[in-house]
Amino acid sequence: MTQELELELDDTDRQLINLIQLDFPLDLRPFHALGDQIGISEQEVIEHLKRLTDIGVIRRIGPILNTKGIGGSSTLIAMQVPEDAIDSVASWINGFDEVSHNYLRPGAYNIWFTVSASSKERLHEMIGEIKAFGYPFLELPVTRLFKIGVKFEV
Amino acid sequence: MDDLDLKLIKLTQDGIDLVPEPFEEIALELAIPEAEVIDRIEALMESGIIRRFGASIGHRVLGIVANAMCVWNVPDDRVEEVGAVMAGFGEVSHCYERVRYPEWDYNLYAMIHARTREECEHTAHDISRATGISNYMLLFSEKEFKKTGVRI
Repeated sequence: MTQELELELDDTDRQLINLIQLDFPLDLRPFHALGDQIGISEQEVIEHLKRLTDIGVIRRIGPILNTKGIGGSSTLIAMQVPEDAIDSVASWINGFDEVSHNYLRPGAYNIWFTVSASSKERLHEMIGEIKAFGYPFLELPVTRLFKIGVKFEV
Repeated sequence: MDDLDLKLIKLTQDGIDLVPEPFEEIALELAIPEAEVIDRIEALMESGIIRRFGASIGHRVLGIVANAMCVWNVPDDRVEEVGAVMAGFGEVSHCYERVRYPEWDYNLYAMIHARTREECEHTAHDISRATGISNYMLLFSEKEFKKTGVRI
C-alpha cells in the first residue's frame, strides 16, 4: 500500500483530477461537459478517467456522504493492543462494515479506527461489542468541526 | 430523504460507470427520468446528506504517502481560534475538536498529508509557531488496515 509507483500523468490527467474532485458536472453527459471545459472529446475524457481508475489514482466518482446527514452517528476509537495481537485485532475490527478507516499508529494507543454507524443505537451496540473484546480503548467523538474533506492539487 | 433517494445513494456510492450517460442505467433501475436522478442528487447535496459529488483520490498513489494525525492539547478557551488557524493550512485535510480524558488530554486533531514525514513535521512545527501551542504529538500511520468512504 505504501509502495510508491512511478506514475506518468499528463496535463489532461492533471486537469481532470483537479476538476472532478469538487466540480464534477452533474449533467446527463458529464464527461462531455468535462471535455468541453478542457477542450477534448467525451471519449478522450472517458479513456483518461478509465486509466486513472485502473492505476488507482481515482478510487471512484460518486457521492461523498455525511454520516450525520444520513441520520448516523460516528466516532473515533483509539485502542491499546499488544504487539502480537495487532493483526488479528485489526482484521476483527475491519469485519465491521461500519468501520471506514483503520490505522496502526505509534504509542500505547496503537490501533485507531473510525466508526460510522447508521444510528446512535447501532453505535452503542458496537461499542458494547468492542468493550467485550477486552482491550482498553478511548472513545473520541467529534465535538466541533473545523475542516473536512480535501482536494489534492496535482 | 425517501426510499428512492436511499436506493439512489446505494446505486452510486461505489462509483458511477465511466460511460457517456452514467445516470441512464440508474434512472432505469429507479424507474424515473434521468433528469430526476440529477435533481435528486442536487437536492441531497443541498440538504447536506451528500457532502460532495465527485472523485475520491487515492492520494498514496499520487506520492502523498506520509499521513500524520497531529494531536494537540489546546486550552478550552482557545479552541475556536486555534482550530480556525489549523484549518487554514493546505496540508491539513481534516481538523476536529474531540472529547478529551484525564489519561488522554489532547483535544484538537489535524490530519496532515504530505510527500514525506519531514514535510509533515515541518507543517506541524509551522502550526505550532502560528498558534503558540507547543504541546502536540505527531502520530504517523504505520499501516493502513482499512480505508473506505462512509457507506449506507
